Amino acid sequence: MSEFNDKQEATAEKKEFTTLNLGPTHPATHGIFQNVLQMDGEIIHDAVPTIGYIHRAFEKLAERRPYAQIRPITDRLNYCSSPINNMGWDMTVEKLIKAQIPKRVEYMRIVIMELSRIADHIICNSVIGVDTGALTGFTYIFQWREKIYEIFEDICGARLTTNIGRIGGFERQWTDSTWAKIDSFMKEFPAILKEFEKLLMRNRIFMERTIGAGPVKADRALEYGFTGPNLRAAGIDYDVRVMNPYSSYEDFQFDIPIGKEGDVYDRFMVREEEMWQSLRIIEQALKKIDRKDPVIHADVPEFFLPPKEEVYNNMEALIYHFKIVMGETDVPVGEVYHAVEGGNGELGFYLISDGGRTPYRLHFRRPCFIYYQAYPELIKGSMLSDAILTMSSMNVIAGELDA
Amino acid sequence: MAVVTDEKTQALHDQTLARLQEKFSAGLVSSVCDYDFPVFTVENEIIHDVLAFLKNDADLNYHFLTTLCTVHYPENHGKEFCLVYQLHNMPQNRRIRIKTFIPEQKPEIPTVTDIWETANWMERQEYDFFGVKFTGHPNLVRILNMEDITFFPMRKEFPLEDPTRDDKNDSMFGR
Repeated sequence: MSEFNDKQEATAEKKEFTTLNLGPTHPATHGIFQNVLQMDGEIIHDAVPTIGYIHRAFEKLAERRPYAQIRPITDRLNYCSSPINNMGWDMTVEKLIKAQIPKRVEYMRIVIMELSRIADHIICNSVIGVDTGALTGFTYIFQWREKIYEIFEDICGARLTTNIGRIGGFERQWTDSTWAKIDSFMKEFPAILKEFEKLLMRNRIFMERTIGAGPVKADRALEYGFTGPNLRAAGIDYDVRVMNPYSSYEDFQFDIPIGKEGDVYDRFMVREEEMWQSLRIIEQALKKIDRKDPVIHADVPEFFLPPKEEVYNNMEALIYHFKIVMGETDVPVGEVYHAVEGGNGELGFYLISDGGRTPYRLHFRRPCFIYYQAYPELIKGSMLSDAILTMSSMNVIAGELDA
Repeated sequence: MAVVTDEKTQALHDQTLARLQEKFSAGLVSSVCDYDFPVFTVENEIIHDVLAFLKNDADLNYHFLTTLCTVHYPENHGKEFCLVYQLHNMPQNRRIRIKTFIPEQKPEIPTVTDIWETANWMERQEYDFFGVKFTGHPNLVRILNMEDITFFPMRKEFPLEDPTRDDKNDSMFGR
C-alpha cells in the first residue's frame, strides 16, 4: 500500500509532457503540415511547425522562365484560388510595361477573381464545419464550388491550376455558355449560401466549438504580418482591393466585413460575409460588361499572342508570335511591387527586371507563409481538437506556404 | 533607373527623405522613386536603427513589414547582397522600400525580429536561400530546404538546371 502512495507522489512531482507528432500527413490537417506538439494531457503546451514538405523553388524557377511562362507557377501557390494568383502576376507585368488595360477586361477579371474568392472561402468555411463534425454542409456546398470550376473550365480549359488570362487580357472571348453558367450560378448560389449559413452560423454546437478558439488580438496580428480575412477577423479593416485598388476595384461598391475577437468563429463569419460581398461585386460587374463587345485584351502586341490565323498569314504577327514564344521580348529595367487581395490576404509580387528575358529576381509575398508562424502562439494552452480547427480556419494552403 | 512617377509618390518620397536626412544624415546613400514606391538605400550599419525609427516614429508610423527579401548581385563587388524591406503605414496607406547592401564575404546583418515578430520566418527564409546571417536571430535555421544541405540555392552561381545536361542546346535562342 505504501509503495503505491510513494509512486503517486513521485509522478506528481515529475510532470512529463507527451510529444505528439501531428503530421506531416494527417487526415485532419488537410495538407502536408507537420507540427511537433508538446502535450500536457490534452492541452497543448508548445508547438513547433516544420514546413517545406512541398517546396518547389518557385522563386528560382522564375529566374529561368520568360514572363509569360511564370503564370503556370503562380497557379500552384494558393491552388484554391489560382485565378487570383494568375491575374496578380499578369497585372505585375502590366505595371512594369505600363500597359493600358481596357475597362471591359478589368471587369471580366474582377468577375473571375471574385468567383475564385468564393471558391476559396467555400473550401475554408465548409472545412471548418467538417472539423467541428458537420460534414453535411461540406458535401452540399461543394457542388457549387464545382459549378465555379465549370465556369473556369469553360474559359480556359482547366479547373484547378487554371493558368487563366494572359498578359494584357484574356486569351479568347467568353462564349455564350460561359455567360449562361455565370448567370445561373449568380441566380442559384445566394439561396444555397443562405442555407449553408443556416446550418452553421447560429448552430449551438458549432458556436460553442468555435467561439474563443484560436484567438488573435489585432496588435499581435499586425505584428505577425497577418493580412486578409484573418486580419479582418481581428478587427483591422485592411483590404488591398480598397487600399490600393487594382483592376478598377474603385468602380465598385462593397463593404469590408470585420470581426472583433479574431477567433475561429470571427474568421468564419468574415469569410461568410466576404462571399456575399463578392456576389455583390460580380453582380455590379456583370451589369457593367457589354457582352457583345469584342475587346478582350490590351494593345500589347509584344506580349499578347496574336490569333493563329494571323500568325500563318501575316508576317508581323508571325514575328510577334515567335518573339513571345521564345521569350525575346524586351522589357523595361525596373522594380515593381504589385499586391492583390488573394484568398488569404495580401499576395504580393516583387519583380526585379534587368531587361532580360526572365526576371532577375521575383519574390512572392505569400500570406500563408507569413501568418502561419503565429500558429504556435494561437494554439498554446488550447485543446488538440481546437488546434485542428484553428489551422483550418486560418486557411493554410500548403502550396502557398512552401512555394 | 529612376522612373517618372506620380505626384503622390514623389511627395511621400520628399517627406520621408526629409525626416530620414534629419535623423541619419550620414548613413543615407541614395533615394529614388521607382514606379509607385519611394526607395531609400542606407548603410548596413544603421539599418536596424533606421527601421526601428520608421516603425516607432509617430508621424511616419511604418508599423507593418510587408516583405523582406534578398537580391544577389554577384558583379557588385563588396556589396553582393541587397536586403530589401518593404514597409507599410496602413492608416495613411503609405508604402516605402528600404534597401541596404552587404558583402558576400561577411554576409551579416542585425535581425529585425525584435522590431517585427513576423521577420522571424522571413529572415529564416533568406538565410536558407542566400546564407545571409541575421545576427541576434532567435532561431536561425533552414526553413524550407532540408537541414543538411551545404549550399544556398538562390545565389546566382547556383545552377538553374543540371549543368551536365547535353540534350539541350540553348545557343541559338535566348539571352
